[in-house]
Amino acid sequence: MTRRTRWLLLIGATMLGALAWAALAPIRVETRDELFEIPQGTWARRMAGDKIEILPDTIRLTLGANDVLLLRNLDDVPQVFGPVLIMPGQSFRLPFEVASTYNFACTAHASGQMSVIVAPPPEPGWELLRWRARDLMKRA
Amino acid sequence: MGPMIERRHKLIRIFLVFLTACMATGAAAAAGLKAGVFEPPRRAPEFSLRGSDGAELNLGRYRGKVVLLAFGFTHCTEVCPVTLAVLAQARKKLGTIGNQLQVVYVTVDPERDNAERMKKYLSSFDTTFIGGTGKPEQLAAVRSNYGIVANKVVSPGGYSVDHSSSVYLIDGEGRLRAMMPYGHGAEDYVHDVVLLLKK
Repeated sequence: MTRRTRWLLLIGATMLGALAWAALAPIRVETRDELFEIPQGTWARRMAGDKIEILPDTIRLTLGANDVLLLRNLDDVPQVFGPVLIMPGQSFRLPFEVASTYNFACTAHASGQMSVIVAPPPEPGWELLRWRARDLMKRA
Repeated sequence: MGPMIERRHKLIRIFLVFLTACMATGAAAAAGLKAGVFEPPRRAPEFSLRGSDGAELNLGRYRGKVVLLAFGFTHCTEVCPVTLAVLAQARKKLGTIGNQLQVVYVTVDPERDNAERMKKYLSSFDTTFIGGTGKPEQLAAVRSNYGIVANKVVSPGGYSVDHSSSVYLIDGEGRLRAMMPYGHGAEDYVHDVVLLLKK
């Protein structure tokens, strides 16, 4: 076996190991919070005519990974943020325990509605591999 | 440093430790709720409406109790019957401590929901439930204070009202602690009410 073949085998084995880890290792995260913040000065910017969308129409969460919606109002005035009215400096932490689609009336969106789609924890294997790839892309 | 000053410093330290412990206990209790939690909690906006029992309805009436505040209308065919049935079930499951819970249901349809109609409607779920109605501008102010959405939708057969379906949880001290989105079962309400009663 040549030195080149040995290197290729080593690289291949390492890649396979990494893929196996990504497909089988349970999800471990530092925080399960999916944070959205209203920055200070948002109201003033809106009053000046800026069209600012802070909260998307649809939020996707995954049980066991990022299943807590955390909304924080850093602005100087109360803000309707998703389904709730949040005071300046206040936060709202909403945990999800059941995979489903949750629809909330929301005046902050043009559609008047906000959806939170909560997916079940990804199964070990292909599903978990895909979830890790998406998570990596999101972080990048 | 004199003994008086030392004693004062000691008292301040004890007070600060006590305050920190109280805050930690409150935060820990709030962290365990099934509902979405407000941090820090604010005083629940007060209102004065006509109660379905004929008396003035305000939150001050229920200090010391946990209040579950819902918004809806008696002609609602989808969300309200489910929410009220779940809340009635939760109160039943709480047993003897159920009397420390008060359900308040504020109408988003003052045109059709008078006190008598609300009393009759709510009694079909639980006779202790209290409804609140009033002038359209009074109710609009209450909705605005709580961030509630209500839009009249006219149809050939009459009209309906699209409205926020969440339930607010107010603790015994009148603080707006949490919001339970539509879809949670009676067990989750029982869990949270018990936690809030423990403070």
